[in-house]
Amino acid sequence: MQKPRLRCSKNFRPDCDHHMNPMSFLPHHDGSSFFDFLTQHHPELRPGLQDISMQRAALPVDLVRPGTIPVPHGTTVLALKYRDGAIIAGDRRATEGFQIADRRIEKVFRIDEYSAMAIAGAAGPCIEMAKLFQTELEHYEKLEGVQLSCEGKANKLGQMVKANLPMVFQGLVVMPLYVGYDLKRQEGRIFKYDITGGRYEESDHHSIGSGGKDARNTMREHYRLGLDEENAIRVALLALYNAADEDVGTGGPDLVRGIYPTAKIVSGAGITDVPETRVRALYETMIAERRRS
Amino acid sequence: MPLPYYVSPEQMMQDKAEYAKKGIAKGRSIIALEYVDGIVLAADNPSSSLHKVSEVYDRIAFAGAGKYSEFEHLRKAGIRHADLTGYMYSREDVSARTLSNAYSQSLGTAFSTDVKPLEVEILVVQVGVNGQANEIFRISFDGSIADEKSFAVIGGRSEAVQQYLREHATPQPPTLKDGLRRCLSALEQVATQKIPSENLEVAVLDRHRQGRKFRRLTSADISHLFA
Repeated sequence: MQKPRLRCSKNFRPDCDHHMNPMSFLPHHDGSSFFDFLTQHHPELRPGLQDISMQRAALPVDLVRPGTIPVPHGTTVLALKYRDGAIIAGDRRATEGFQIADRRIEKVFRIDEYSAMAIAGAAGPCIEMAKLFQTELEHYEKLEGVQLSCEGKANKLGQMVKANLPMVFQGLVVMPLYVGYDLKRQEGRIFKYDITGGRYEESDHHSIGSGGKDARNTMREHYRLGLDEENAIRVALLALYNAADEDVGTGGPDLVRGIYPTAKIVSGAGITDVPETRVRALYETMIAERRRS
Repeated sequence: MPLPYYVSPEQMMQDKAEYAKKGIAKGRSIIALEYVDGIVLAADNPSSSLHKVSEVYDRIAFAGAGKYSEFEHLRKAGIRHADLTGYMYSREDVSARTLSNAYSQSLGTAFSTDVKPLEVEILVVQVGVNGQANEIFRISFDGSIADEKSFAVIGGRSEAVQQYLREHATPQPPTLKDGLRRCLSALEQVATQKIPSENLEVAVLDRHRQGRKFRRLTSADISHLFA
């Protein structure tokens, strides 16, 4: 007997028995990835442009000319290792051309108990990627009953950056910096990415964004192996200060409004925010030392 | 094609229900009990890796009795449902009531259309925060849904366990220690022998935890609690 077939209203697959399935009140999917689940069943919710092939003729990015691949503008975010893990920090400024779009945007995100990421690039897609990555890791943990390994999390993020490649050609870059505490190795680990999703582990410290180079210079001078927590935070904040000094896209400490860069500590004890009072105190000392009397 | 024998709908439903009930009664029981800081879920489960109790979302937990493959499928679908809602809207928009309705619809449709009904009974519980009440929903193999107060029991000889809990109920919710003791005694009522703490699967939804309220208690935690 022929089974009656209904056309699925969602993705117009004639063989879809979506409506005949008693489980249709609950989403069905094979596999433990939330990202794959969205891609297959709710493509409209997945980050990125789906009909990119239609617009290929009107690409704003000319890939033939060298130096036209878009890179993140604005922002300095950084990560550095210390004795018990790693510190991840970022400035608070978002820009639209030569205008300041937001003075207190958050660029450092807690992802799960043992990882955090910082982002540089187009704000909207960046925040969306952070949110999706949070859901992705939590989803896996709940379905499988165990957390992904640190390496596994870093690779998954690489795949998400790779999926964003069509958006890069539209000028919307998302560039994450990922820090995780590896419970097996008992150390903090830092991963950087390129626009194709390439994943590279950094041994000591790294910084991305328009002020990234300035922050890297500062960290290169002041970084020592096995820094304690206090000094590691000081180096991170100093690097952000120097980056803000050199780069218009990076915001320094705003003493008038009381806006300070944010930092998180990633260690075996989990993720802890560095309280604003502590950041403020460190900056006040730093500024007092530099002030000309 | 020969005509199939006529079977009255009443007979068919009764047969299916009997079949499902038999399957569910074969297993062991799971209890959800309100305690002073939230809800404790306790299951008599000799396996330490095949869980019967699981986290669904920030304030929501799931427990399944009956056929493992079937309630595991429902558990995963529920987590997808919750994560999708939370991603699409916001974390606070994920509720046990919506999830229970989806489970009820699925089980109800499966019961009336599929040849073999699902041999499962599930619990969806949500801890109340900021003065809200806890919610405990029990959903049966045929999709019928019950809103339980203070405790609920599924699987195995649930009637006997329920009876014990009803007799030993207190007007005020117990502490975690007392509540867990009560669950253990209730489960031991129907078990043939004493249940060692490593055969007890326990998880709590603790309203005082930050973010995700779900926490599993290891057998060391349980021994420590009973010491």
